[in-house]
Amino acid sequence: MTIAFDEMKEPDGRPRPAYAELSAWLGGVAPDVLAYRRQEAELLFRRIGITFSVYGETEAEERLIPFDVIPRILSAAEWDLVHRGLEQRVKAINLYLKDIYTGREILKAGIIPDDMVFQNPVFRPEMNGQKVPHDIYVHIAGIDIVRVDAESFYVLEDNARTPSGVSYMLENREIMLRLFPELFSRHRVAPVENYPDELLATLKSVAPDTTSADPNVVLLTPGVFNSAYYEHSFLADKLGVELVEGRDLFIKDEVVYMRTTEGPKRVDVIYRRIDDDFLDPLTFRPDSALGVPGLMSAYQAGNVTLANAVGTGISDDKAIYSYMPQIVKFYLDQEPILKNVPTWCCRESDHLSYVSDHLSELVVKEVHGSGGYGMLIGPAASSAQIAEFRAKIKTHPKNFIAQPTLALSTCPTCVDSGIAPRHVDLRPFVLTGRDRVRIVPGGLTRVALKAGSLVVNSSQGGGTKDTWVLDR
Amino acid sequence: MMAGMRLRIRHGTVYRYASPTKGVIQTLHLTPRNHASQYVAYWRLDVSENAKLYMHEDAFGNITHNFTAEGAFTELGVHVDGEVETHDTDGLVSGTIERFPPSLYLRETPLTHPDAAILAFAQEVMSAAGGDGGLKLLHAMLGRVNGDIVFDTDPTHTTTTAVEAFALKRGVCQDLTHIFISAVRSLGVPARYVGGYFHRMDGIIDQDAGHAWAEAYVPDLGWVAFDAANGISATDAHVRVAVGLDYLGVTPIRGTRYGGGSETMDVKVRVDQAKRQMQN
Amino acid sequence: MLSRTADSLYWIARHVERAEYLARILDGTMRLTNLPLAYVGTSNEWKSAIATAGNTKLFEDNYPEANEETVIHFLALSTENPSSIRNCFETARANARAVRTALTAEMWETINTAWIELQRFSNDPGTREEITRFLRWVQETSLRFDGSAYRTMLRNDSYWFTRLGLYLERADNTARILDVKYHLLLPRLEPVGGSLDYFQWAAILRSVSALTAYHWVYRESVKPWLVADLLILNDQMPRSLANCYENLVRYLDEIAGMYGRQGPAQRQARAIYNRLEASRMEEIFQHGLHEFINEFIADNSSLGAAISQQYLM
Repeated sequence: MTIAFDEMKEPDGRPRPAYAELSAWLGGVAPDVLAYRRQEAELLFRRIGITFSVYGETEAEERLIPFDVIPRILSAAEWDLVHRGLEQRVKAINLYLKDIYTGREILKAGIIPDDMVFQNPVFRPEMNGQKVPHDIYVHIAGIDIVRVDAESFYVLEDNARTPSGVSYMLENREIMLRLFPELFSRHRVAPVENYPDELLATLKSVAPDTTSADPNVVLLTPGVFNSAYYEHSFLADKLGVELVEGRDLFIKDEVVYMRTTEGPKRVDVIYRRIDDDFLDPLTFRPDSALGVPGLMSAYQAGNVTLANAVGTGISDDKAIYSYMPQIVKFYLDQEPILKNVPTWCCRESDHLSYVSDHLSELVVKEVHGSGGYGMLIGPAASSAQIAEFRAKIKTHPKNFIAQPTLALSTCPTCVDSGIAPRHVDLRPFVLTGRDRVRIVPGGLTRVALKAGSLVVNSSQGGGTKDTWVLDR
Repeated sequence: MMAGMRLRIRHGTVYRYASPTKGVIQTLHLTPRNHASQYVAYWRLDVSENAKLYMHEDAFGNITHNFTAEGAFTELGVHVDGEVETHDTDGLVSGTIERFPPSLYLRETPLTHPDAAILAFAQEVMSAAGGDGGLKLLHAMLGRVNGDIVFDTDPTHTTTTAVEAFALKRGVCQDLTHIFISAVRSLGVPARYVGGYFHRMDGIIDQDAGHAWAEAYVPDLGWVAFDAANGISATDAHVRVAVGLDYLGVTPIRGTRYGGGSETMDVKVRVDQAKRQMQN
Repeated sequence: MLSRTADSLYWIARHVERAEYLARILDGTMRLTNLPLAYVGTSNEWKSAIATAGNTKLFEDNYPEANEETVIHFLALSTENPSSIRNCFETARANARAVRTALTAEMWETINTAWIELQRFSNDPGTREEITRFLRWVQETSLRFDGSAYRTMLRNDSYWFTRLGLYLERADNTARILDVKYHLLLPRLEPVGGSLDYFQWAAILRSVSALTAYHWVYRESVKPWLVADLLILNDQMPRSLANCYENLVRYLDEIAGMYGRQGPAQRQARAIYNRLEASRMEEIFQHGLHEFINEFIADNSSLGAAISQQYLM
């Protein structure tokens, strides 16, 4: 197996320029000082988290996602590359979605097979021919990126439905600013705290043309029992918008209103954190009590913007993922800046036989799985697990894709034995408005805390770090 | 000259609420469109409360109406009245509005998802039909679904899946249609659900529901309509209102009501030959 | 603000207020039943406590008889009784959770801590000492909640809706005590019972924390018609019907002012307040205290419905 790229150190052990200050500081700091700061961080999280952890038992567990105090650093030049790559990719995704739900040129051109779209559960026939305000489908994207060497950033997964985690990005920075003021004084770290402002500007910019000068934006949550409820209330608070549930909204004459103490108030933009299936019982699942009956009729009439649009799953589906380089080329006539991990789609018989023969080298993922579940990591798997997966992919080839095991880059991380390299990924958040694309520098760095582990998901023992993008 | 009919259709749905409701929102699939063998001579849609009806075309090309009515009322009626000229084309449906290529209609839905029993049934019909994936198979399927599933209004309801009805071996036109669709899709034949009206041959004109059948796609021929409940291809006795992947896509009325306690729904459908016969 | 948010704020306040009232009722009843029979007579004070809480039917369906053990269980700790102290705090906390960001940190902490604390109390009422401590704790929680709302909330519609909930509930509670005990307060031509009724009157005053206030206001020994006057018409007395309505009118006016619009709730509240202001005790007695109270309870609950209709739905 190849040796992972160490983000802090050159192969000869010297620190890379972006990490020079941090490396020197880590070298000089007494172990007990670091240990003390770690404790303090946890205390702060618990205190800030008081408001969060009270929402329910599962929430309390969720908030206690381990936080690592050593920041992950990107140089200005590195971020510039990532930034350009993200902007390009999300632009292509939006053009692709518009095409998929209108002219379907990409299918006619034979680039993506029809059945991969039409028979995909995340494709929404109901969106066919539907105009969305300003042709933007994905207003908020979370793109998971990994790094394998000095130049190469790979996209591991696009999240174009209701990506979460941005509250951790914001809180991690708050904690770090409190704990390590001296480190910030030695670096020029680009701020992330303006994310809520940027998000609100984005959401307001995509209001339907029919709305008044100051559009009314709301955040739609499934409610207190949703595992991400704390993020919903956190964001609504920071945005200064109402946190609404389906029952707070109603439709009259194809316009959305919220019930307020001053009577019905028109709603123009809904930042929704409810899945498509539950949005409108008159169009989707008839048994959904979380949504707003008739919402889709208001949407169809062009009287409300849903962010993200309905049906964006057909852009971030794991089966569609492998076509992303072609998608970028098809719509933008550009070479993709961010790389795609080579992907074998088991639905194709030659791919299937390759995957079946090379399971011990590959990562196999379920097309509709998430959170690191239903996944086989070949090099770490037992022969029994491999045999089990071989049978699975043979029975339902369409449900699986496979990728080579990437050597995810590592970052110095506090572990029981001191400071050791651990694998990381990065989820930057890309905001697409009517006027422009906004990306706050950095994102959420997730770290696999177990030695050698490549799984960064919090449900599987991952933690988070603050992400620093240095100014030039 | 093709055989044809002019059918008068009256379809009334009346909701009654135990206490006054504060408001109602509904989406209707109650308006047929023209195609080669169907011409809508006139069609009127009435809602008993003051409400503006918003007309749209849905993703499948059907006409829909939305409305919201604000309370307080204890009764709400939705009535259609119209006349449609139809022709018998041996089930062949042409000139329809198509918003998707036929392959879309291979999608599974929760109501039509097949289980092992339906898959086995489909295979069995396929091999009995001599492995032919075209008309022969579809007619064989029509015969088997019609013969195997007993028409029975008791055990199933609007949310019954193909799997549940197939296990019961009982159901209404909706269930037979779901089973037909589920089975032929599993054999790679695009199929869709049709909601509409049926003129009974036995002289009975009053019915307590609309009708449902399926359309399957045969290469080089196009969409062909199969009425599993009656065991026939669609004829000039069928009036096609809406198509979709399953019942949910063509449900005549989907709605929600705010307040109003318990509710009852009373449906009356009347399909008979119009007094004024066709001239040609 | 969202109607649902206002609704939650309103109900949080109502439930906390109700919990406190129940605690006072239980406290007063315990004191009364501690006295030798000669001082209080043979009436079943525990039965009367249930009636005062307004829940006789549900109680009788579930318990064989009304005694200290069953009534304390029913009113304080029962999970079956939707308005037991336990359930009041449960509901208040569930509402608070749903509108967490509309509360100040101090209010949230009070509710949440009370809720966590309550998990420690089992189904068993425990010893008298434990019960007394529990009841005092309930009253302190209510004081803390009310105090933190008063000291930390912005004076906008959020605050006013909590006040509406509090005063509407308080008026209802005071009226219910009067409803159950009215016969003790009727003026009599000849003094009867003497000491027997004194303790009943004192218990009533104590349940609305007005025993000391009474003496300050009237500078007299306890007389039933003055007790009625204090609880109904005296607008200096924080739990009197007049005071509750002075506040309801005031906060409804604040809301109407902010929204630039008034409706049935404002009109109804003013009408009830005007009636209280114009009333004199002699007239009330003349026309029938019981009828007066019954009418008031109906009016008060119809104002609650009007507020819901106008703002909370």
